Amino acid sequence: MSENILVITEHLQGRVLDITYVMLAGARRLAEQTGGKVIAVLLGYKAQSLAGDFNAEAVHSYDRPSLEHFSPDACLRVLEAEINDEQPRAVLLGHTTLGMDVAGGLSARLNLPLVSQVQRFDGSNFVCQICGGKIMAEGPLPGETALVTMVPGGYRPEDGRGQTPPILEKQAPGLEGMRVRLSHFIEPEAGDVDIAKESVLVSVGRGLQNQNDLETIERLAKDLRGAVSASRPLVDKGWLPTSRLVGKSGKAVKPKMYLALGISGAPEHSEAITGSDLIIAVNTDPNAPIFNVAKYGVVMDMYELIESLSNALEQEAHAA
Amino acid sequence: MNIFVPIKMVPDLVEELSIDPGGAALDTAWMRLILNEFDDHAIEQAILLKERVGGQVTVIAPDAPDVDDALFTAAAKGADRLVKLTGETGSLNSHAAARALAAVIQAEIPDLILTGVQAHNDLDGQVGPLLAESLSMPYIGYVSAVKIENRMATVKKEYPGGLLGEFMVELPAVLGIQASDEPPRYVAFSKVRQAMQTARIEERDLGALDPSGGATVSRMFQPEAAERARMLEGDAGEVAARLVEIMQESGVL
Ligand SMILES: Cc1cc2nc3c(=O)[nH]c(=O)nc-3n(C[C@H](O)[C@H](O)[C@H](O)COP(=O)(O)OP(=O)(O)OC[C@H]3O[C@@H](n4cnc5c(N)ncnc54)[C@H](O)[C@@H]3O)c2cc1C
Repeated sequence: MSENILVITEHLQGRVLDITYVMLAGARRLAEQTGGKVIAVLLGYKAQSLAGDFNAEAVHSYDRPSLEHFSPDACLRVLEAEINDEQPRAVLLGHTTLGMDVAGGLSARLNLPLVSQVQRFDGSNFVCQICGGKIMAEGPLPGETALVTMVPGGYRPEDGRGQTPPILEKQAPGLEGMRVRLSHFIEPEAGDVDIAKESVLVSVGRGLQNQNDLETIERLAKDLRGAVSASRPLVDKGWLPTSRLVGKSGKAVKPKMYLALGISGAPEHSEAITGSDLIIAVNTDPNAPIFNVAKYGVVMDMYELIESLSNALEQEAHAA
Repeated sequence: MNIFVPIKMVPDLVEELSIDPGGAALDTAWMRLILNEFDDHAIEQAILLKERVGGQVTVIAPDAPDVDDALFTAAAKGADRLVKLTGETGSLNSHAAARALAAVIQAEIPDLILTGVQAHNDLDGQVGPLLAESLSMPYIGYVSAVKIENRMATVKKEYPGGLLGEFMVELPAVLGIQASDEPPRYVAFSKVRQAMQTARIEERDLGALDPSGGATVSRMFQPEAAERARMLEGDAGEVAARLVEIMQESGVL
C-alpha cells in the first residue's frame, strides 16, 4: 500500500486531452492530503514526449506499438498490472470515452471500489456531479485503493501543468488475444460552418418542439450575424448535423455570445461553452443548471422570447 | 442473435429534485422516474440488429416504479421477451445491478448485450463494463453504430470533436450505446396498450444484493454556483429590449 495517486493520462492523435491536466491538478490536491506522490501513467507508442509538462513526481510509461491506439482490452490488462505494482491510494481516470471503458472492468477484476463523475475532492472526500448537474454527492473515498472517474469543472487545467517529470519505462504485460481492435479512424465531416470559429451562436436544445421551427432559429441567427448550433438530442434526432454539436462529443466553442435556448445545461454540454465571453440562457425551468454557467438568465418559453427578440432586433435595425 | 438489453429507470430531470431529510439521498416521494435515455437507444439498436440479422431481443430491468410501462413500450417496439428482477432493491447500485444481471443473463448464453453508455445518476460506475467483466466478455462504450457479421461486431466509437474510431469486437460482447444508428422509433400509445395485453413480463428474483465496490454518500446538495446568472425579469417585450441593450453593450450588435 502507498499513499500515491495514479493518474491515467489521456491523449488522442498526438495531443494530450485537457482532462489529463484536470486530473493531474485534482491528484495534486489529493496527494497533499495523503502525503503521497502524483504518478502519471502514459500508455502509447513513441508518446513519451507528451509527458513533458505533466505536474507529477514521475511518469510511468508503457510504450510499444500495440499501445499506439486505445483498446479497452489492452488498456485494462496494462492498468491491472500497474495498479497491482503500485498499490496506490487512488487511481484517477477520465469520465470519458477512454476512462469509462476501463474503470468498471478494473473495479470488477481487481475488486476495487469505484466512484464516478467526480468533479473535485474536499479533503479526502469525493464530490460527484450527478443528475445532469442538478445534484452533488459527497462521501469518503472508499477502500484502500479507490478508482475514480473524473469530470471537468473542479480544477483548472493550468494547475495540472508542471515541469518535465522523470520518466520510468515499464514493461507491459503480454497483449495477445485482444478481443477489441481499432481498424481505423473516421475524421469528422467538415460542416458548412465551423461553430468553433463563429462569434455568435444561437444554440438550441430539446426545448425546440419540432424540426420546422429551426427556420425561425436560423432567421434569428442571421439577424444576429451568427450561426445555429445545438445540443446532442437534436443531433441524435437528425435535425442538425454533427458539425453543429456543442459539447463533450462535439465541439468546444468560444463565441462572443452564446444564446442557449431550451438547453438544460448538462455537464456534457456546459463544459464546452465556458470559453464564451457572454452566455445568455432561456429556459422554462428556473432550476436548470444552465443558469449556473450563464451570465444572464431568462425564465420564459423560448418561443415567446424569440418572437419579441426578433421584433426588437428589427426595430433596432431600422433605428440604426 | 441472442441479444440482451439491461435497462434502468432514472429520475426525470425536468422535474424538481429534492434531497430527503437524511441529507444523503434524493427524496423519492414525488420523484418521477423515466427510462434512462441511453437505454432507449440501446433498445432501438437491439431491435434494428434483430431486423437486419434476425434473433431475439430480451429487455431486462430491476424493479422500479413505472418500469412495467418501459418494458411494455419496448415490446411494442419489437422486443421479444421482458424480464423484471424483483425483490429488495434498497442497496441497488451499479455493482449490485451488474452482479444480479450477470447471474440471470449468464445461463441464457447471450451473443450480445447492449446497455446505455451511462445513466446520469451512476455513482459507482456504469453497469455495462461491470457486467462485461463479470461475464468475461469484452466491453466498449460510446458506441453510435453497430454492424454484425460472422460473430464479429463492427462498431463506431465516439471520440471528442466528432472523431470516430471503427473497432472490431469479438462476440459475445457488451456494448455501451451512446446513440442508435437511427433515432429511437416512436410508438403510438395504442400499440403499447396492446403490448400490455399480449406481452408477459417474466419475474425473476434479484436475490441478495451485493453492493460492494460502490461508494457511500454522506451528503447530497444542490450545486452552489460560483456566479449564478443574473435573471432578467419582466414580460417578453421588456426582456427582449434589455437583451438588445446587453448585446450592444458587449459589442455583439
Ligand atoms: C458520454 C456523453 C456525451 C455527451 N455529449 C454531449 C454533447 O457533446 N453535447 C450535448 O449537448 N450533450 C451531450 N450529452 C448529453 C447530455 O448529457 C444531455 O442529455 C444533453 O445535453 C441534454 O440536451 P438538452 O439540454 O437539449 O435537453 P434536456 O436536458 O432535455 O433539456 C431541455 C431543456 O429545455 C427546457 N425547455 C423545454 N421547453 C422549453 C421552452 N418552450 N422554452 C424554454 N425552455 C424549454 C427544459 O426546461 C430543459 O431544461 C452527452 C451525454 C453523454 C452520456
